Amino acid sequence: MKLLVCIKQVPDMESKFQSNGTGDWYAESDLAYRMNEYDEYAVEQAVQLKEQLGNEPDVTVLSIGPDRVGEPIKKALAMGCDRAVHIQDSAPHTKDPWQIAAIISAFAKDKSFDLILTGMQSQDRGSAQVGVTIAEELGYGCATTIIGLAYDNGTITVKRELEGGIKGVVKLKTPALVTCQLGLNIPRYPTLPNIMKAKKKELITHPVSDFLREQELTATTSVYPPTKRSGGIVLEGEISDMVERLHAILKEKTAVVR
Amino acid sequence: MKTLLVCEYREGKLLDSSYELVAFAERLGAEKALVIIGSEPEAPKVNGKVYVAAAATYGEYNPDLHKKLVLEAVQRENPDYIVFLHSSYGWDLAPRVAAALKAGQVSEVVGIVDGKLEVGFCNAKLRRIVSAKSARTVVTIQAGAFSFTGEATGTPQIEKLDTTAASSVEFIGYEPAEAKDVDLTRAEVIVSAGRGIGKKDNVPVIAALAKALGGELGASRPVVDSGWVEHSHQVGTTGQSVSPKLYVACGISGAIQHLAGMKKSDFVVAINKDKDAPIGEIADVLVVADVMQFVPAMTAKLMK
Repeated sequence: MKLLVCIKQVPDMESKFQSNGTGDWYAESDLAYRMNEYDEYAVEQAVQLKEQLGNEPDVTVLSIGPDRVGEPIKKALAMGCDRAVHIQDSAPHTKDPWQIAAIISAFAKDKSFDLILTGMQSQDRGSAQVGVTIAEELGYGCATTIIGLAYDNGTITVKRELEGGIKGVVKLKTPALVTCQLGLNIPRYPTLPNIMKAKKKELITHPVSDFLREQELTATTSVYPPTKRSGGIVLEGEISDMVERLHAILKEKTAVVR
Repeated sequence: MKTLLVCEYREGKLLDSSYELVAFAERLGAEKALVIIGSEPEAPKVNGKVYVAAAATYGEYNPDLHKKLVLEAVQRENPDYIVFLHSSYGWDLAPRVAAALKAGQVSEVVGIVDGKLEVGFCNAKLRRIVSAKSARTVVTIQAGAFSFTGEATGTPQIEKLDTTAASSVEFIGYEPAEAKDVDLTRAEVIVSAGRGIGKKDNVPVIAALAKALGGELGASRPVVDSGWVEHSHQVGTTGQSVSPKLYVACGISGAIQHLAGMKKSDFVVAINKDKDAPIGEIADVLVVADVMQFVPAMTAKLMK
């Protein structure tokens, strides 16, 4: 069985963000990067499935980006993926979700992956399109937003998270693609021995030009901070002063504090 | 300009959120036709054309068939925009329709600025204007971003839709939400804990403020996923949507999914050490402080 996990490197979402000079992305200086949170669940799911099936499945992790995406790739290998594919692109943000999906599909189309796992969306662009589009391009069955997965002899049963805590149970046959929601599992921390082992694992690199055939279908024309709602009060300073001021505001504006 | 609005139907009912699609079309100043895979009695009550395919035949969740049905409606209506909710149904189906049409998709639209589509970016800390380069645009709109304020009293002009296609997925059924030990939808005061509280051991400090205000404890998704607080306390699109008189967000940065679940609150207080956290955008009062310093002091003041 062959599994593919697609991961993206994103900035830490606690960072401060501002528009870049050309207004089509955020400024990338002074940002700390990490693996997209949703993708950590996808990696963990792939590794757990490998373990459940007696280590038989072969797990490939793929990422698109500049040299710095070597870091999340190393983490995925240390979590238990077998090999890595780095599609080198110095400016992945200039490709829209359609192009990113097309690059991955072009890579995957003759590799007979039985199951492809992605995060349900990225934390920065948040389009929630790439996984589903890859499945459409490859003609794979696809289920999104999964919070549970069981595999049995070519059939995958997933739980999809719907609104208000309801779940939808769906079965699909391999080859298939699933997009992973937060809470699917508990992503492991790589251990030191596994970090050392990861260094010996196979890493294949391709320039993005090997797979990029599609033109973009959408474009970002400007990036700006949200307008602050006027009238909001900002309290700063000593804790004791702020407590007194908030108490007075709640007394005046709400019926909750008397 | 014309929109095709893809409504939602679950467990035999039209979902009210479908009317937000109508609000979006009105904000865009566009004509509309609607499509629903549901039933005629549950067709949305709007004046105009509503394409209805039977969920009894095509299932409530069957992406291959639903894609074909929506594409059939697209062929008959020739819309400029095909609009979905950004929901478990919409984000699942929209990219399939977009791929089939080779149309650009703009996801989770929060506003319309000078006729252009505005979306959130980087966990709502920025906004982007995105436009499609294709003839048609597929759009998903953020839940709650376009409120339908009118009354749904129109008479739909029903057109039947049918198709045939193979299905690659089989829908087995629904699992109900876990039993709630707390009904936040009725609470007058909610004090919610976010990742900014630091660790599980700090949850009682937030619960104490909730108690001092006579309210209930809420939580953001990361806190629930980490197992610090039970899921029944989760506020947001996958938890409960709430509208208390007072909502206090403690260490919650304000992810879109959380804001969508609490922005109807009458009065919002946010306590956050980051002055630029997106929660500040909707807060009536933003207290810039370390949650674990401010909250115990506030509780002590209220208990006096």
